Amino acid sequence: MSDNSELSDITIIGAGVAGLWAAYALSERGITPRLIDRHGAPGAHGCSWWAGGMLAPFCEGATSEPAVIRHGQHAAADWAGVTDVAQKGSLVVTLARDRAELDRFARRTSDHARVSGDALAALEPDLAQQGREALYFATESHLSPRRALADLVAALARRGITVEQGEATPADIPGTVLDCRGLAADTPGLRGVRGEMVMLRTDDITLCRPVRLLHPRHPLYIVPRGDGVFMLGATQIESARRGPVTARALLELLSAAYALHPAFAEAAVIETGADLRPAFADHVPRVIRQGRVLHLNGLFRHGYLLAPALARQAADFIELGRKGDLFHDAD
Amino acid sequence: MRDFYGVTLDSPLMLGTAQYPSPAVMEAAFRASGASVATVSLRRETGGGQAFWQMIKGLGVHVLPNTAGCYSAREAITTARMAREVFETNWIKLEVIGHADTLQPDPFGTLEAAEALCAEGFEVFPYMTEDQVLAQRLVDAGCRVLMPWGAPIGSGLGLNNRYGLRTLRAAFPEIPMVVDAGIGLPSHAGDAMEMGFDAVLLNTAVAQAGDPVMMAEAFGLAARAGALARRADPMAPRDMAVPSTPVIGKAWL
Repeated sequence: MSDNSELSDITIIGAGVAGLWAAYALSERGITPRLIDRHGAPGAHGCSWWAGGMLAPFCEGATSEPAVIRHGQHAAADWAGVTDVAQKGSLVVTLARDRAELDRFARRTSDHARVSGDALAALEPDLAQQGREALYFATESHLSPRRALADLVAALARRGITVEQGEATPADIPGTVLDCRGLAADTPGLRGVRGEMVMLRTDDITLCRPVRLLHPRHPLYIVPRGDGVFMLGATQIESARRGPVTARALLELLSAAYALHPAFAEAAVIETGADLRPAFADHVPRVIRQGRVLHLNGLFRHGYLLAPALARQAADFIELGRKGDLFHDAD
Repeated sequence: MRDFYGVTLDSPLMLGTAQYPSPAVMEAAFRASGASVATVSLRRETGGGQAFWQMIKGLGVHVLPNTAGCYSAREAITTARMAREVFETNWIKLEVIGHADTLQPDPFGTLEAAEALCAEGFEVFPYMTEDQVLAQRLVDAGCRVLMPWGAPIGSGLGLNNRYGLRTLRAAFPEIPMVVDAGIGLPSHAGDAMEMGFDAVLLNTAVAQAGDPVMMAEAFGLAARAGALARRADPMAPRDMAVPSTPVIGKAWL
């Protein structure tokens, strides 16, 4: 695929985080693809809209394949070229009853330090309490997903790539096609995993970085969006059912947040959301080549963490014919 | 090995399908363990879990749908009917939870649901405490398998009431029994099998282990070891030491 005529005839379908990054990675190499999405610019129709925006490869490593940690480590630097990335690390805490969970999480992850007392209070004063220990992952980061999508769209526009609104499937389009439509692509082996989230606003608590609460039944993460806005996520249910967040999910997310800090009880619920994460069986994303079509899919809960690496591997293949570890040949 | 509603199992290990890091890890765990039965919860996947259900069917083991998370007989009966349609099996692991914190089964709701489901032709595997009176009522209702708990679900505490489990086992020698819930270590599984239970069912202990596949293999081995030991008729513990080599005739030096 390194023929020059092919490089001038590339179309990306889907303008979620995968498609936008694919376009950006190609533009970095002087290639200007077409970018088409049936809904146009990114918005509530895509699962990228509902993401947490944590760039936390080491925390994710507790339950992910090594590839997620390896590629995820570069995400913060990649995103920093496009949007504001808060390089403030992340914290993992438990309720007093579940202290053993913290030891276990510490054993199963790396690149963290144990903090308590004054050290914890210096990081997040509102979370410090007598006897509480936390794990601090100093090199992790977070971003604001919706701002990041808008910033990516703007960066692409400066390079002459705009999101065209229109229905398209790879069969309709000649040349090389990058299919980044997520679940709409119906890629073999792909399934939807439902996730639900809540946005709260309160001035009664301040957090500077994402906080994960380990809980045997209701694990939770809270990502501060600034201006008193907090994103609470996320359920993970083996279901491809769409539709609004359920009462049960809301109860679980809000109860866990309340248990973490009672001030969340008085927060305003400003938004709820539910969508499906496209996932392969091993929860690792793939670039799958099928003839002239490259499928970039299966980012699961790691859209922002792994889209830059996935796009880079697609671009490497298109430009140089190089096949990375996320590359699969369907032919 | 004893049969479960006419089905003889290759392995006395039954594994749950929740909480694994990914379906790929789950599949590898099943393969490593040699488990013969996969339990699957329908409750929260209502109407949209087809892709995941296909993966479970693809494991090539017997599927035992459950009514996990149901707090009333009515809910459990509805879930069981749905499970029968989705998985095309009359098997149902009946779980009616009575207490949100301990997740202990509601014996009254369980009995009510078991009576209704047996009458509808279901082959019911009731999740229960080790209570003998309840066991008798469930057998009277038509249950031909019983599933006493080892300890609260997900607690990993092992066999909390060995006396209760032992007497239950002895009271119903003809009924296949599975120790379900609370098993945290392979030794707990081996223990249950040595006590004469016919199978063990667990989920968290494998799915949440640091290496689920390795832990699954350990459980497969332990359950098999316990079953073999039971069949081999173990020696009885005794207070007096008995030398395994004769001492008489040894040289006195």
